[in-house]
Amino acid sequence: MTANGARQGDGGLRVRCCLATSCRLQGAEALLEAIQTPQLLGEPGPDAPTNNPGSVQIRRVGCLGLCGQGPLLAVDGGPDQGLYGGLTPAEARLLITRPQDAVAVGGQAPSAARARLDRRRLDPGLPFFSRQQPLVLKHCGWVDPEQIGSALAAGTYGQLLACLDGRTPAEVRQMIQRSGLRGRGGAGFPTGLKWERVAAETASPKLVVANGDEGDPGAFMDRTVMESDPHRLLEGLLIAGYAVGASRGVLFVRAEYPLAVERLRRAIAAAEAHGLLGDAVAGRRFRFRISLRVGAGAYVCGEETALMAAIEGRRGTPHPRPPYPAQHGLWQRPTLINNVETLASVPALLAIGPEAYAAIGRERSLGTKVFSLSGAIRHCGVVEVPMGLSLRELVEEIGGGAPDGQRIKAVQTGGPTGGFIPASRLETPIDYEAFAALGSALGSGGLVAIGDRTPIPELVLHGLRFCASESCGKCIPCRAGTRTLVALLEQLQAGGGDRGPDHVLALIEELAAMVRVASLCGLGQGAPNPLLSSLRLFRAEYRGDSGAEEAP
Amino acid sequence: MSGSGVMEGGVRLQIDGRALQVAEGSSLLQACHEAGISVPTLCFVEGLSVVGACRLCLVSVAGQPRPLAACTTAVGAGMVVETRNATLTLLRRLGLELLFQEGNHVCAFCVASGSCELQSLAQQLGVDHLRYPAQRQQRRVDASHPRFLLDHNVCILCSRCVRVCAEIEGAQVWELAERGSATRLVAGLDQPWGSVDGCTSCGKCVQLCPTGALADKAWTTGERQVDASVAARLRPTRLEQVRLPAGWDPPDGMP
Repeated sequence: MTANGARQGDGGLRVRCCLATSCRLQGAEALLEAIQTPQLLGEPGPDAPTNNPGSVQIRRVGCLGLCGQGPLLAVDGGPDQGLYGGLTPAEARLLITRPQDAVAVGGQAPSAARARLDRRRLDPGLPFFSRQQPLVLKHCGWVDPEQIGSALAAGTYGQLLACLDGRTPAEVRQMIQRSGLRGRGGAGFPTGLKWERVAAETASPKLVVANGDEGDPGAFMDRTVMESDPHRLLEGLLIAGYAVGASRGVLFVRAEYPLAVERLRRAIAAAEAHGLLGDAVAGRRFRFRISLRVGAGAYVCGEETALMAAIEGRRGTPHPRPPYPAQHGLWQRPTLINNVETLASVPALLAIGPEAYAAIGRERSLGTKVFSLSGAIRHCGVVEVPMGLSLRELVEEIGGGAPDGQRIKAVQTGGPTGGFIPASRLETPIDYEAFAALGSALGSGGLVAIGDRTPIPELVLHGLRFCASESCGKCIPCRAGTRTLVALLEQLQAGGGDRGPDHVLALIEELAAMVRVASLCGLGQGAPNPLLSSLRLFRAEYRGDSGAEEAP
Repeated sequence: MSGSGVMEGGVRLQIDGRALQVAEGSSLLQACHEAGISVPTLCFVEGLSVVGACRLCLVSVAGQPRPLAACTTAVGAGMVVETRNATLTLLRRLGLELLFQEGNHVCAFCVASGSCELQSLAQQLGVDHLRYPAQRQQRRVDASHPRFLLDHNVCILCSRCVRVCAEIEGAQVWELAERGSATRLVAGLDQPWGSVDGCTSCGKCVQLCPTGALADKAWTTGERQVDASVAARLRPTRLEQVRLPAGWDPPDGMP
């Protein structure tokens, strides 16, 4: 291999290093340090030929997708081109110092070192990469989330300018309507319709809120957007503000996402410095400011009425709707509340045109959807796929199926208020209505694969404990009902007590139905869903029968 | 409103088979009260804001996928409402059962026995035994106030005390804290009640407590005497409200 010529010919090595949360936790910062200052590692020896570190262009980027195999490093161009997973700092150093020329690295022959690196190189032909359709995540892993120049070079804010210069707010709203975009936070309400309702209000000022309180266990789609491409979210928020006539934007981000908070703060400051926020956005007659509020650790604050209470500085508890935020939102003003992914989809769909966007997907579920894959699945990470793809393609092909020796029993979608879809129904298309018809929910996009070694009742109990401890405590069915369901499930696990499992199961089903219909907000209404869904599918497991199989 | 007996612009609806006409903007619960239809409630008190927390006033509204809380649902023209049927009775009974298994209620030793709204509703709805494992949480009694007592064992977290103190007395002594089954009533900045300077010792919270959680120290078993009409009586004297000026903008630094 004559690598050197090619590499030197294009002026050096170009490397992208993922510095999103997952890769950071897996050592990305040490990796970055190793390739920025190769001499610090003291290897290879001082006599070994090395690349001039100055000729290595390192870009600090956000998510490269395959989180489960981090830390991830991408090399662009040259013979070593590709995405590398799980490199140690020494291996990363090796990668950028022309291993084929190195006499010995760590006592190994060059060929061994070469082979070691090749094993870390991920196959670009993997369906995980080839089957995706990145629109929202198009710039994730390519732009430096901490440099506005990087985002601008990638075209971010271009759709905002196109709207400000060439489209009336009504035209923008119509484009969103035509795209068929629906809320990506889980409820799937038509985004264009929501925008129209806020636009129709006459009170001012109006506000737009980006809901970044992503709290479902197993969900990290919005974190990816916020950490990896914050300017795309700001652009979406600005376009939404223009389209509904708002002058204020609020980002509400959970405190558990410190990196997202830091990068969004930096992005807001940079956008202000570039005149993209303020009294005259980009010099146009459009006034818009954005502030950021950090949550205080309550799951329920992702619910929009609790979210508004939290932003206003009150106890984060939900209140009944109507009135809806479109009429009486923050400080009683008309308020548009959209999920982070929804807002980040806006510039993406405007870029390809609403008709092209609506051509993706099926029936009433159009465009692309970001999923986070985790659980008993080979390729854990963040993916964006067209709606309408089958779950089997998402789980078995893109996700690579279950790890060796396991079989996928079901997938859990919709988080702790969603449900299960059994392995026998994996042909189900990714579609709001199709998931709901199976007693689950598309939800915000967290997808947890359940292996055949995982007992479903324990998993459900875990989720119910989560809901019970995250209940805001306001309404009785949610506060006391979820807690009592936990106690009953524990009783069932212990054999059911004096009256046996069937008696306890009957109590559980009666109470679960009550919590579902009587609770005040979506948290309590949804909390029994995984329980009820799994009772339909895996009832035998609850009764402690061995060799339990899913219901036909 | 208008002096005449005939209501103009009223909303016509049907509740329990009866045709009614009520003022626009009324809640379903108000409509029921006007028609003399009683609906069980625990968090609702005439004269205070509504929170929809106890879920006992759930009613069935034709065309709605789930029952709605009468206290927080506005009347709509042509609504067909049922306040009692087998499903609603079951939901209410389960709600009461949950309250009993959540707290530590021993009616025989309670100052409120005989005047307790929780006890009374349990009797009305036939909740006479518990089918769920009792939580038996260790809860405290705050006896730091010179005149009153707060017994967390029988507090059902209805927030009437929180609201009457904030909305009628204006002292804002009470608030709910924590989440889930750890939710509890706190005085001041989570202090002993007796050390909260803001408390005027007016006793309105004690008057409105549906159980014996807030009580006069002078009472012993079954001696509680309260008048829950205090909020409704004083409400007209507390109508002054701060309104946001037109064109008001959220302050800088605040979103």
